Amino acid sequence: MSAQDWIATLLVSAGGVFCVIGAVGLIRMPTFFTRMHAASVIETLGAGLVIAGLMVKAGLSLESGKLAILGLLIFFASPAATHALAKAAWERRREVGRDVGIPPGEDS
Amino acid sequence: MMYLPIIAALLATLALALARAFAGPTVFDRVLAVNTVGTGAMLLLAVLQFLTDRPGYTDLAIVYGLLNLVGTIAILKFLRVGDLGHGGDDGKEARR
Repeated sequence: MSAQDWIATLLVSAGGVFCVIGAVGLIRMPTFFTRMHAASVIETLGAGLVIAGLMVKAGLSLESGKLAILGLLIFFASPAATHALAKAAWERRREVGRDVGIPPGEDS
Repeated sequence: MMYLPIIAALLATLALALARAFAGPTVFDRVLAVNTVGTGAMLLLAVLQFLTDRPGYTDLAIVYGLLNLVGTIAILKFLRVGDLGHGGDDGKEARR
């Protein structure tokens, strides 16, 4: 394996580790907003590192440009979706009067 | 082969997000899990192109990402306003 392959493997593996960490946080966190905090790891570090590793693997080519477009799409679209989700959940929290996402009987 | 571990990690991510989508208690958790599944599917398509050496999977990933954003915003607007054709006033007056 060349140095380019080693760098690509390292970046992609680190991205995969962050994806699994974010998914475990999505399962384990107690309330909705903490779950959203954990899931944002997947969309920033996980996706960014995986796409950066694939761009290193592709080199300077058309595939690399398409991967850059994909990375920019994730970089701009997922914070917009996350902000809309947080605002909708916050409005619902104000209407209900307690935090959303807690199972019934466990809120104090 | 360098792609099999990352494919396994992404499939584990998709399985955990799907478990949260089934389990979880409010509708916002389900929307968050579906959004996460969309991101994971985009990454899986991008890796799959390099695994199979067939061009075109990255284009599918871009289209999937655009549809993912539109779908998430549409579901959230439907939850807040109750009507996808509703315009203006940020949806606050329609519920009260």
